Amino acid sequence: MPDKPKVAFYWCASCGGCEESVVDLAESILDVVAAVDIVMWPVAMDFKKKDVEAMADGSILVSLVNGAVRTSEQEEMAKLMRKKSKLIIAYGSCAHTGGIPGLANQFEREEVLRYVYEESPSTVNPQKTRPELKVITNGSTVTLPNFFNVVRALDQVIDVDYYLPGCPPTPKLLKQALEVLLSGKLPEKGAVLAPDIALCDECPKKDTKPSDLKFTEFKRPHWMQIDPKVCLLAQGILCMGPATRGGCEGVCISGNMPCTGCFGPPSRIKDQGAKILSALASQVEAKDEKGIDETLATIPDPVGTFYRYGLPVSLLRRKNF
Amino acid sequence: MLLKNEHGEGMMVSTIEQPTPTNSWEPRIVAFFCNWCTYTAADLAGVSRIRYAPNARIIRVMCSGRVDPQFILDAFSKGADGVLIGGCHPGDCHYMEGNYKALRRMQLLKRMMKDMGIEERRFRLEWISASEGERVKTVINEMTEQVRALGPLGLPKKFAEWDKELESLEHEINGKGEAIHA
Repeated sequence: MPDKPKVAFYWCASCGGCEESVVDLAESILDVVAAVDIVMWPVAMDFKKKDVEAMADGSILVSLVNGAVRTSEQEEMAKLMRKKSKLIIAYGSCAHTGGIPGLANQFEREEVLRYVYEESPSTVNPQKTRPELKVITNGSTVTLPNFFNVVRALDQVIDVDYYLPGCPPTPKLLKQALEVLLSGKLPEKGAVLAPDIALCDECPKKDTKPSDLKFTEFKRPHWMQIDPKVCLLAQGILCMGPATRGGCEGVCISGNMPCTGCFGPPSRIKDQGAKILSALASQVEAKDEKGIDETLATIPDPVGTFYRYGLPVSLLRRKNF
Repeated sequence: MLLKNEHGEGMMVSTIEQPTPTNSWEPRIVAFFCNWCTYTAADLAGVSRIRYAPNARIIRVMCSGRVDPQFILDAFSKGADGVLIGGCHPGDCHYMEGNYKALRRMQLLKRMMKDMGIEERRFRLEWISASEGERVKTVINEMTEQVRALGPLGLPKKFAEWDKELESLEHEINGKGEAIHA
């Protein structure tokens, strides 16, 4: 019997939600396990780095790597998985566009370390001890990975073949992706394995979206009783739908929560944050500077709102110091 | 020097070329001028032989409302030190509302760029009508001096700097690095 195709999962700077989404395949996961050999999956199986190192280059059919790259260990593992795999899929928002960890690109490395090791309310560290890359203790050397200044999406570190977007990707998209890859009918390299349309296009509330919005205030969902049948933007709630790729089938919208942009932009948008800024700001009702500013002041954190999942792949990449 | 934007849709694709090599840095300003007012004013400044700083690369757009905030961030990320947008005075837009849309976008973009560490003064939106050739000169000269005072933004160089940490790691993996404080 010929060997089953080998599949690997790896995680970098991520929360574990992507791993959870694999388990969310529910009973379909049995079909996956029947069709492939899982050769690496740190969250669920006991394979080590040396096991992967021992494999022939390119012998893994596909590695699904989630998480952003923030440390030297993640960089090293990403490079190892690349070497051993025919195909790399950036799995989930963090690997695709930098994700929530990418928001740390608003701060210098030193600011992050100082807060975590000295200033955070739950930290007791009077000697201000910081992690070191290499420490010799009792004659043996202990090492730690380096913590980079910049958070990166996976394709800013290694060559990526496909992207599965979402925080996390939906089980339906994962299943479709695995089916396509196992069938051997590969999509064009660099493809995002989700429909290339804006979320508004598949939104269940699409029919109630007016052509002209005329914002006077951006409201937060908990301030109000949301009408479940009406477009959230029409109700004055900031929704990322117009600048976000569809494919999730509006799971958040159906729960009356606005889109926060986790699928990244469709292919014709280069910078998701700039695009949603454009779409929302241009439809403010006021025409004078003061009135415009008053309306826009109800978006207190434009960077954190518009680039919630995509700061590392934005045109500016990180805060300029 | 007037440059036409050949790319009606999408992004500017070419990297903004370096000025002829000299030791002194000159501010590079990308100026998006609307076809009906500010570009015509720049034309007027030209035929009237009005002299102004050569630091602005003018790109003609049909309306200041056509200036996607992506264009501005793209210009900065490809090496612009400042971005200037010129449109028709409020109420005079050839397309009725385009300049208001530009104003609204730029008010928010300015705030967002500040949060991203780009000084507000690198960016200016100005209403210049077709008859105001003299104003083109004043605005471009002022903007050039303002950006000169701020110094280079130099994002392409910074991007390259940031990515050096990936190279230094290769060194560390190969066991040649020294213990350094994280």
